[in-house]
Parts: sequence; structure tokens; C-alpha cells
Amino acid sequence: MANSTFTTIGRKVLMALSGFFLMFFLLQHLTINMLSVISPDMFNSVSHFFGYNPVIQFALQPVLIFAVVFHFIMGFYLELKNNKAREVKYAANSASENSSWISRNMVYSGLVILAFLALHFADFWIPEMEYKYVAAEAQDATRYHHELVEKFQSPVKVGLYALSFVFLALHLLHGFQSAFQTVGFNNKYTPLLKKLGNIYGVAIPALFILIAVYHYLNPLTH
Amino acid sequence: MNLTLKIWRQKGSNVKGKLVAYNVADISEHMSFLEMMDVLNEQLVNSGEEPVAFDHDCREGICGSCSMYINGRAHGPDGGITTCQLHMRTFKDGDTIIVEPWRAKAFPVVKDLVVDRSAFDRIQQAGGYISVNTSGNTQDANAIPIPKLNADLAMDAATCIGCGACVAACKNASASLFVAAKVSQYALLPQGQVEANDRVINMVDQMDAEGFGSCTNTGACSAECPKDISLENIARMNREYMRAKAVTK
Amino acid sequence: MSKLDAKIPEGPLKDKWNSYKDKIDLVNPANKRLIDVIVVGTGLAGGSAAATLAELGYNVKAFCYQDSPRRAHSIAAQGGINAAKNYQGDGDSFYRLFYDTVKGGDYRSREANVYRLAEVSTNIIDQCVAQGVPFARDYGGLLDNRSFGGVLVSRTFYAKGQTGQQLLLGAYSAMNRQIARGKIEMHNRHEMLDVVVVDGKARGIIARNLVTGEIERHSAHAVVIASGGYGNVYFLSTNAMGSNATAAWKIHKKGAFFANPCYTQIHPTCIPRSGDYQSKLTLMSESLRNDGRIWVPKNMGDVQAIRDGKKKPTDLTEEERDYYLERRYPAFGNLVPRDVASRAAKERCDAGYGVNKTGEAVYLDFKSAIQRYGKEQAKLLHMPDASPEKITELGEKVVEAKYGNLFQMYEKIVDDNPYKTPMMIYPATHYTMGGVWVDYNLMTTIPGCYAIGEANFSDHGANRLGASALMQGLADGYFVLPYTIGDYLSHDIRTGKIPTNTPEFEQAEREVKEKIEFFMNNKGTKSVDHFHRRLGKIMWNKVGMSRNEKGLKEAIREIKALREEFYKEVSVPGSDQEMNQELEKAGRVADFLELGELFAKDALDRNESCGGHFREESVELAGEQKGEALRDDKNYAYVSAWEYKGEPSEAVLHKEELKYENIELKQRSYK
Repeated sequence: MANSTFTTIGRKVLMALSGFFLMFFLLQHLTINMLSVISPDMFNSVSHFFGYNPVIQFALQPVLIFAVVFHFIMGFYLELKNNKAREVKYAANSASENSSWISRNMVYSGLVILAFLALHFADFWIPEMEYKYVAAEAQDATRYHHELVEKFQSPVKVGLYALSFVFLALHLLHGFQSAFQTVGFNNKYTPLLKKLGNIYGVAIPALFILIAVYHYLNPLTH
Repeated sequence: MNLTLKIWRQKGSNVKGKLVAYNVADISEHMSFLEMMDVLNEQLVNSGEEPVAFDHDCREGICGSCSMYINGRAHGPDGGITTCQLHMRTFKDGDTIIVEPWRAKAFPVVKDLVVDRSAFDRIQQAGGYISVNTSGNTQDANAIPIPKLNADLAMDAATCIGCGACVAACKNASASLFVAAKVSQYALLPQGQVEANDRVINMVDQMDAEGFGSCTNTGACSAECPKDISLENIARMNREYMRAKAVTK
Repeated sequence: MSKLDAKIPEGPLKDKWNSYKDKIDLVNPANKRLIDVIVVGTGLAGGSAAATLAELGYNVKAFCYQDSPRRAHSIAAQGGINAAKNYQGDGDSFYRLFYDTVKGGDYRSREANVYRLAEVSTNIIDQCVAQGVPFARDYGGLLDNRSFGGVLVSRTFYAKGQTGQQLLLGAYSAMNRQIARGKIEMHNRHEMLDVVVVDGKARGIIARNLVTGEIERHSAHAVVIASGGYGNVYFLSTNAMGSNATAAWKIHKKGAFFANPCYTQIHPTCIPRSGDYQSKLTLMSESLRNDGRIWVPKNMGDVQAIRDGKKKPTDLTEEERDYYLERRYPAFGNLVPRDVASRAAKERCDAGYGVNKTGEAVYLDFKSAIQRYGKEQAKLLHMPDASPEKITELGEKVVEAKYGNLFQMYEKIVDDNPYKTPMMIYPATHYTMGGVWVDYNLMTTIPGCYAIGEANFSDHGANRLGASALMQGLADGYFVLPYTIGDYLSHDIRTGKIPTNTPEFEQAEREVKEKIEFFMNNKGTKSVDHFHRRLGKIMWNKVGMSRNEKGLKEAIREIKALREEFYKEVSVPGSDQEMNQELEKAGRVADFLELGELFAKDALDRNESCGGHFREESVELAGEQKGEALRDDKNYAYVSAWEYKGEPSEAVLHKEELKYENIELKQRSYK
């Protein structure tokens, strides 16, 4: 196993697997967030369950963080290594003739997502950790919805979120089908899969943007 | 037509190179790109200068020798061809054409536009063969029927000419398409099954040792491949590789 | 009594090879490790020989001028490889393949060699399939065959239009296995510049490292030359740009006789020359003649109108077209052998009917085939009222499935759609049947020096049949040489390593270096290509498809004069201490300038028409065959083997009489 980690294919397969995990996570995250639009009460109760369930908090959350960190570190490592495979660059290079911009610039869309994650952690995860473990305040199963809505009252922030999701879309549009290709899935279903990937890559970020905009346009009235 | 050429000149592998501009006149649109280079070289020889070194041999798109990066494209601006099959009718009078060698750490420049592609040979030597002796006393050729579809797919993979355009075009200088084509050819045939696991592991290890980058599925390799080798082969190589890793220690 | 001993084993034809193999001396495996063999060239013959010799246990040193053994020009062979497998059950046999080859070669090849070739042909297919060569298969999963070159059976195995590539990659893979084992020491980008003869035996070579310019000595107990043919003596040919005769010519100068240099195959279906800048010609597979019809306009007015662009070939009605092959050879039509088809095209173009600007092109038309296939498809698909457009569309699809890659190649080069307008083709130099003289063991007249594949003269006589070159290259390399060389090497098991610090090596190296220094210091004014082009023109015009005494004598004089001018005026820039492609070419052209003269001399000597060699003085004067080639078995049923004596003009002719005990000599007729 150690050996496979260190070959190009081994590394890429691990990138793909962590990618699959993160794409699944995104779907789940989106589902919960959709509840904040559809039913604030349900959103609160699900959030509360996720926030205090020990399996999720102490088993799944570290796995998720590990997957995120791994995906980023491996991604940058591969990018650096791949850069070294061509020491002298071309004076003229018409890469757009043979490949898409998004497929060649995964590291940049990834960097934007990384910056976004810092903002996102500062907005939600750090306050949450502080609430639960530093300040050790009492459990309150009704606080999540309004905490969420309050975060989206600044147009700048909503703009930043929306922009980040555009980059997420770019990342997913290549990442989805690329992950399947890397794990060896390329057959008569591939055209269908690519369509599915395009739907996924556009729909998930679009819905996230929609949620942010929705909360901006519907501030809490109490 | 009259053209300005900016060509990479480099004396040897350890010397710095640079783009040098030349003018050629009265180029016929029916010439192949390499015939245009012949005109330039004849011009240089006649003026006592050293001609541009470039690899070329069959000039009919099958030997895989020619290897020019022309105006930012491997084998130039037309698809599904090698440099020797590129014709001047693709260009316009007055054009400036930039010609560079393949660029990859694993393909060091030997001189001018000539690069050293022996890394490809070493990858093949690591396992790109079936270990049968050459006595001819193997079994009859028709003893193992092979489904036509598999034979055709194996043939499609086997048409790789080893030119290195895939490496040249890939942003990561990855040799995945080249290695995958050979792995696929044997993986699709019953004769290749016996050594399948060792083959894919050894060839991938050698590919990495040569300093090629990894595949990020941009598809540039297949788009620039003169023989249109499909990305399916890379997926097949990855499957073979994962299976081999799972069943061997 | 001739100096030549072909060493053909006694006994009936069918048993010669097998009983010979039983009797020859073998080298035991432990002793093979003590023996080195040099193989020059890594095409089908050299690659398969190197792999097999290494497999047997010899230490092999292989050399090629390309950057990888995989790039040898065998890779460009398109159509297929013959083998007497009789998988189709259409009556094929060793004898029939043998017979077709001897007849196709116009009765100028050696019976015993050809029969052996036919016998081992079946092993080649078994071997290649075991190696993973993806030959075409039918829906039952078994190997498919096509017919080729107008023979009466389907015995050609193929891998799309890239059979040579696949077979070469098979041999290359076998080499790779031995390189990985350390049994082959591979020298890429090296060119052999001389052979070293010690005590009358070939014991090594002098080679130039084409990257560093270094001159290297390599020793061995035997030297195998597998460097291909000399078609580039014409400058324009279907050979690769680097294909050269230097290795073969150097051994000739050191004592190997050169046989039948005038036997050259001019292939009828190549893409015509488009201008003076042309660097090489591209072959379109012979298989196209299975469906294409060859014609030129009947009327000169139409020819001129087409050349001026005022008319298109499609404007001409059937009555205005001259399907000259069908007219002259009703029995075989467009499927006459290559030499006949080529001469017929030349005849029409010389008469002024050539259809392009250079006047050297005829049409190869697929319209009839497209219509025929289209109607067939319409019937199969139950479309009784299919429109003419639909029929054309269906027909084009069938043609595309058969020849798609060739049509695409044509379109890329000529920028014209061959589905809509007929292709233009013209004959071009393709293959050389002549080469280094070898005996039954494939050994040249230098003991320990062997020649295999296209480099030797052995199996094709005066004309090679389609899909037979691949067969011969692999037969020599995989299945013949590895046996016969053992017989010679069995006497060398106690010799020990051949030292390279001997006077013979020193002298050979000195001569090579002097020649290189000459080129580097010869401050001439003209490029190497300039002389090569001029040589090519002389060869094509006077020693080409049709030859006569006057032209040949002129050619001999002109080549000699050109050679002298070359040495005075050639310019080689750069340094010899680095990669220098002009220097490489200079050495090769120097050898072509000698070979070309011997070629013409041989053509002059052979005052008969046979196969690819057509003498205008030797034609049928009357009867149905009037004007056709006339062979002269009484006076010329021999192999011409030339001994080098300092100048090509002084070469001495040795004759190996050809005896036919199993075949009756007949005049070929395709009427």
C-alpha cells in the first residue's frame, strides 16, 4: 500500500477517492441547508442532531476534515510535482486547442475554494466550536436557523460566497468526471456520466448560491 | 508564400538554447512542413551556417520520429497527424511560426529540435512485452480465438507510434497515454494475461522513475495524438493497476 | 568454375531445410555465453534476429541509426504478410506459396531458399500471435485473411493498414525483453561505418555515435547486416529519409559480393510528385487496386483541359476514358503484378497522357466500386428505391470501411477528396530485390558476415510479390539465421573475446576518421541533398522503369562525373564532434554514388527483361504479347554477383547459375 501511494496512479486514485467523499458530503450539506429555506424548524432539529451526535462529531467530522486536508495537500503536492516534469516551458503554447481551461486550472479553482473554506470556518465552524467546547454554553436546539440567516445579511459576504461557489462549480465540472476516469470508469455509460457530472457541477453550487441569496433577501423580522 | 520562422536552437543538452528567427521565401502550399524545413536547411547550408537538427524518418506518419511543437501545438495546428503530415496550406503568407522541441524533463533536448525519448524505450523494457521465446514452436495461431471486438480494441491501442506528442501536449508532461496504450493492448488479449499484474506495476514504476508527471485527465494527450488513442486506455490502465496492486503483495 | 558456392543442401526440395537443420553443428548453451554477435539494423529482420540470438544465449550488440529500434522503416509496410496457413481452405500449401513466389520473381530466385521461406512462413504467424500482435480477426475470433497481389488464394494476414508496424512492434517487444535481461546491448543513434575483417573473417564494426560524434570500435564473432534496401539511390522513393545502403556497401567494399543491383521494384500506386522540393513519396497500399480502376483520358484535348484546370476528371464520360490496364490485359485488368502496372502507367505518361502538372500521374478511380457496393448495400438493407445519392452514400461507407485510413492519408497530402474525385497515382521506387549476395546460410562472401532481410538478394528474384517482404524479413531473422549462424559459430567457442586493439581495427577506424575529416574540411559550395537529387534524376530517367543500352552507358558516365564533382564541391557545415545530420547524409550519398554506378552496370549487363528490370531491347516482337517484356532464360538464368575491385566500373561479375528442378520456366502472361 505504501508503494501505491507513491506512484502517480496511486496518488491520483487517492485524490479521486477523497474527491468522491467530498462530493458526497457536499450533497448532504446542501440537503440540510435546503431545509433552512423549506422549514426552519426541521433545519434546527437536524442541525442540532448533527451538532451533538458523538458519532458525527468525533468520528465523521475528523474524517471529513482529514479528507479536506488530504485532498488539498495531495492536490498541491501533485501540482508541484507535475510542474517539475516540465522544467523549460514552451514559448508558445495553445493549450486551449486541446483541453478545457477548467481542467488545466484545478489548482486555482481549488485555491479559491480553500480561501472560501477559511471564511466559512470563521463564519460557522469556529463560533460553533467556541460555543460548544470553549464557552461550553447550554444546548439550544432552536438557535441554528437565525444564526445562519444573520450571517447572510452582508451583501459583500453573499457576494463572496456566490463567487466562491462559481469556482466550486468549475472545480466540480472537471472533478466529477475526472474522478470516475481515474478510478478506471470509462465505458459506454461515460457520456451519460459526463452529463450527470455537468448537472451536479452546476446544480450544487447554484443551489448553495440560491440559499445564500434567499436568506439575504428574507432577513429575520423579529 | 513568405514566412518568418522562430526556431529553437540549442547546441547540445548542457547548453542554453534560444529562439532564432529565420525567413523563408517562395514556400509552396503543397509542401509538407518538413519539406519547408528542408528548404530552410538548404538555405543555411548554402550560406555556411549549421542547419537545424530535427528528427524525421519515414515522412508518412508512422515511424514516430518527427516531433515539433509548432505554434503551441504538438505536431502543429492540424489534428490526427504527425509533423511530417502537416502541410503548408495550413498557414498563410506572412505568418510567423514558432517551432520548439518537445518539452519534458524526461525528454532532454539533444540538439535544436531533437529530444531524447529513450525513456519510452525503458518503459517498454520494464514489461511492454509477452515473455514467449522466439522459436516459433508455440501453439498454432488459431488455437486461441479472440473476440473480434477485443482484437480491434487491442489494435486501436497498438497503433501508438511512440512519438511523444502526448507528453509534449500534457500540462504535466505525463506519459500516461503512451503507457496505457501498451498496457491496454496486452490487457485486451488472452496472451497478455499471464504477466498482466507485473507488467502494469513495472511499467508504471518505470514511468514514474523517468520523471513524467501524473495524469489529471485534461484530455490534451488524446486530442493531440496522431493516432487518436483514446482516454479509455488510461482508465483501463488504472483499473489494471488497482487490480494488480490488490492481488500482489 | 565460379567462386560462388551457394551451399544448397542435397536431397529433394521438400526435405532440404529439415534434414539440413538436423545435421548442422550446434553451440551448447554454456558456450553461447562466450560468443558475441553484432546486428546492424533493427527492422523486421534485424530486430527478430537480435531477439532470437539473444534468446538462444548469444551476447548481442544491436545498432540502429534511429533514436529507437521501433522506428525502422519496416514499420511503414501497410498491406500484410503472407503465410501458407491455408486457414481459408482454398488450396494453399507450401508448394503453392513457393511456386507463386518464384513465378512472381520472374524465375530469377533460388528454389531452395524460396521453398524454405514458404515452409517457415507459418511459424511466423504462430510466433507473432503468441507475442500479442493484434492481427485482424473474423467474428468467430479466428484470424482473417485477404487476397493480395493477384494470387489465387487468400493467404495474407493483416493488422488494418499497419501490418508492418504491428510486426515490427512485436519484434521490438521481443528485443525489449532481451535488453531488459541484459542479453542485447542496444546502441541507438549509432551508424555502422565499416566492417572489420580479421584473418579473413568479419570480427567487428566501426560505428559513429550520432549524438556525440565519437567513433567506436565494436568486436564480435559474427556480424549480421540487416540494414534494408538501397531504394534511396533514386533520392525519391517510398523509403524513409534515413534509409541507406552504407552498411551493405561497406561490406561489399571489404569483400562481400553484391547481387542483382538492377532488380528494383517500382510500385505502381504512390502519390505523385508535386514539385521539385519533394523529399519523399508516399505509397498507397496495393490493395487499392482490388477496387480502383486505373485510367487516363483518351483524348489529348481533355488531358490539356484537366491540366489547365478547365475540366475535372469527373466531367469525362466513360467513352472519353482509357482504362488502359483493362484494355491491354483483359484477363488480369487492374490486378496485374506491380512491375507490369508501373510500366503501363509510364507508357501512358510518356505518350503525354499524364493528368497533373508534372505530367506524371494517372487516375485511380473508385466510382465503379462505390456504385457496386452501394447497390449491394441497398439490396441488403431492403431499399429497392434507393436514390442515386443514397446508393453513393452507402457505397462510400463500404469503401471507407475498407480503405478509410488510406483515403484520409491521401486527402491530407493532396488536399483533394478521393471519394468524389479520382485519386492521382504514379509509380515510385519501393523495394530493392537485389542486395548483398548470400549463400543458403545467409552468409556473404566474407566468412562470419551475414546479410538478412531486404539487405540480401535472396528470395524475391527479379520482382517481389505483395506481402512477401515482411515474410522474408521475419523468416530470416526468427527462423533461418539463428540456425545457420550456429553452424559457423560452433567453430568459435574457444576463440575468446575479440580484442579491438588490433591493427585491423586501428586501420578501419583510421579510414573512417579520414573520410569524416575529408568531409568536414572540404569547403565545397553545394549541399549533400543537391548531389543526391541529381543522382536521383539520373537514376530515375536512365535506370528507372525502362532501360536501354544508350541510357545506361550515359548513366554510368554521368554518375561517375557526379561522384567526382561531389568530392570536390560538397559542403558539410558544423562539427564532427556532435550531432551532425549533414555529415551523416554525406557518407550515405557518397556510397549511393558508387552503388548507383554498379546498379547501371548490372542493368547494362543483363540484356533481358525480367521482373522489375525492363530492357527496351528485350521485348516480344510479335503475336499477342507484342511489346511485352521478354525474358531470356538461355543466357541470363543466373544471379549476377559483383566483386568490388576499387571502382564500380572495375567490378568483376561472378555468375551463380540458377537451376530449376521443381518448376517449369514459363513466360509470364497477363493478357
